[in-house]
Amino acid sequence: MNNSNTIIAKDNDGMPLIKFLAEAIKSKGPFFTPFNMISLPIMLVGFTLIVIRFVKGIGAVANLTQEVPWGLWIGFDVVTGVAFAGGAYVITFMVYILNMKKYHSIVRVTVLNGFLAYVFYAGALLLDLGKPWNVINPIIGNSFGVSSVLFLVAWHFLLYMIAMLLEFSPAIAEWVGLKRARKILGGMTLAAVIFGITLSTLHQSGLGALYLMAKEKIHPLWYSEFIPILFFISSIFAGLSMVIFEGSISQKVFASQISSKNHHAHDDILHGLSKICALTMFVYFFMQVLTFVHGKHYELLNTPMGYWYLTEMIGFVLLPMALFFHSYRSRNIFLIKLAAFITMIGVIINRLNVTVIGFRWDAAQHYYPSWMEIVVTLTVLFVEIWIFRWIINRLPVLRDPPSWVKNL
Amino acid sequence: MNINRRNFLGVLGVTGLSLCTGEKLKASPVKESKKEFFGVLYDSTRCVGCQSCEFACASSNGLPEPDASDMPEVGKIRKTNETRRTVVNAYNTSQGEVYVKKQCMQCNEPACAAACLTQAMYKTESGPVIWRDEKCMGCRYCMVSCPFDMPKFEYNSPNPDITKCDMCYERTSEGQLPACVEACPSEALTFGTRRELLAEAHRRISENPEMYHPQIYGEAEAGGTGFLYLSPVPFEEIGLNTSLQKSSYPALTKGFLYSVPSIFVLWPAILLGIHKSVRSNTNEAEDNE
Ligand code: SF4
Ligand code: SF4
Repeated sequence: MNNSNTIIAKDNDGMPLIKFLAEAIKSKGPFFTPFNMISLPIMLVGFTLIVIRFVKGIGAVANLTQEVPWGLWIGFDVVTGVAFAGGAYVITFMVYILNMKKYHSIVRVTVLNGFLAYVFYAGALLLDLGKPWNVINPIIGNSFGVSSVLFLVAWHFLLYMIAMLLEFSPAIAEWVGLKRARKILGGMTLAAVIFGITLSTLHQSGLGALYLMAKEKIHPLWYSEFIPILFFISSIFAGLSMVIFEGSISQKVFASQISSKNHHAHDDILHGLSKICALTMFVYFFMQVLTFVHGKHYELLNTPMGYWYLTEMIGFVLLPMALFFHSYRSRNIFLIKLAAFITMIGVIINRLNVTVIGFRWDAAQHYYPSWMEIVVTLTVLFVEIWIFRWIINRLPVLRDPPSWVKNL
Repeated sequence: MNINRRNFLGVLGVTGLSLCTGEKLKASPVKESKKEFFGVLYDSTRCVGCQSCEFACASSNGLPEPDASDMPEVGKIRKTNETRRTVVNAYNTSQGEVYVKKQCMQCNEPACAAACLTQAMYKTESGPVIWRDEKCMGCRYCMVSCPFDMPKFEYNSPNPDITKCDMCYERTSEGQLPACVEACPSEALTFGTRRELLAEAHRRISENPEMYHPQIYGEAEAGGTGFLYLSPVPFEEIGLNTSLQKSSYPALTKGFLYSVPSIFVLWPAILLGIHKSVRSNTNEAEDNE
């Protein structure tokens, strides 16, 4: 059943560790692919900009102002990126807590995706810090700002990365062939999952809670005391849409890694996910309506920002929700992917509306990201994809684990 | 069995950890200090717009001397920035031209300090809200949170500071007056405890009701501030933000922060419970097959 001649990567069976790793580091596959040719130049420019940023200060590359101190790097890289990484906690919840075996084949890739997202998007946070060398202050305990939401979020990022690394570690052990370690690490998965879901609940909503004190600075259609709950609920379908999107690409790009059994099961997985997306989006939309009614900003609907708000709610929540419902009933895989794509755009729009577009919407001087901020953002994204590809091509993430695992 | 025990210990660990943080959270809300906060009363009816405070502030804090040609003018809004911590602006009002000084308000419950994850922004026992270089990591969350937009950031420095008025913390802790208060030639600025200043402000209003708008800006705004403003006209005419809430800003995040410990205790227990019941269900189902 394992069509072993198409599988490029191999797990270690019996080679000394050092020799195996030295072999594995070597690049695999063609180098001159379109993706490489586009991403490499952008990454080069990006790295140059990052050097400039550290020599001359943030102002040399970013358009931030004294009134708008957080821009694209926080609003998109961190706040939006983390929402998309929410798939990891949702899928681990379904597989390890609800014991839904169907989704087991996508757990590893989703956790890996989540882990890398956190490493890189939280890494992007370092670029945005004025004094990144002081980032240890809130961790080593000489100055705990425990009344700060950001303190909570920072700690949760850190702990959650550890939890996800633990969840992923069996794959590493299988790859390098450490059987004993695989057994121990595998036994810690459930604890890591429970810890991880708890942390995710809190920091997904915490990212919204960050903005609670900016009460008068955020457009009233997007500010409410319910931001944390809205952020949490939307992280569920944001993460799952990302899983659908990423899965559809991986099925093509990494086809050689995926056993034919899992390949066929994939449509079934998408079908199941579309139902969850539809339901959570329904709850989310309902919450948004309640928030709106509670806020009593009816007159604001008939303003440019109001039209923008309606576009978000109708075009990017209601529409993809309907698509998810419809495609669930008709089992239309293409529509599921389309709905996931629209949802993702909607989540980006929503997060940017709270953090950038609606933030200081009334300021005389508006903030627009500079091209340099955009290039640095793309650089972070590309580096992440490079590393993701590197790992997928080597570790047992998409392909089946080595046969000895069953006998442990 | 073995695995179950390990999980159980893991959950215990999580709960324990959260209980510790929970303790700290409960202990942290802005302490009611035994000492009274000091503050400054600014009476815009007395201000002549001479900018003496701006010059004194700059020289006392080692900032570049203000540009003498950049004077307060009606229609021109000058803002504080990383090189000037206080500015005076002129406004055309229903009572004629009025000058207004601006600087950090030294809030009683400062949003900036609640936001700061390193306690670099810090409300001192005597009232000034200070910023500490060696703690700050430059995240600018204080700027996002301050309702008055007062913390400023040195965007063009590789080692950027957050700058704002700290009510001359060093001078006042040595018993001196803040530099601006000392320099003011027309007694528009008065330094004292917040209680004395409020009493003085109310006295001025009641003795000269026709001269003053009958409210004190800062008495309730943002939960009360150390700087207090008297004005001849309603505050929106002199560029003060009147849409701010009259209660503490840090209180806006307290509900969220207080829910954290309970979620940390409840969630793992619930998740483990679901896991157990789902597993025994499926086991039964498999047995029955
Ligand atoms: S005015 Fe702003 S910077 Fe000053 S104490 Fe209040 S919250 Fe902090
Ligand atoms: S920029 Fe500095 S002072 Fe402001 S919140 Fe961040 S760490 Fe605290």
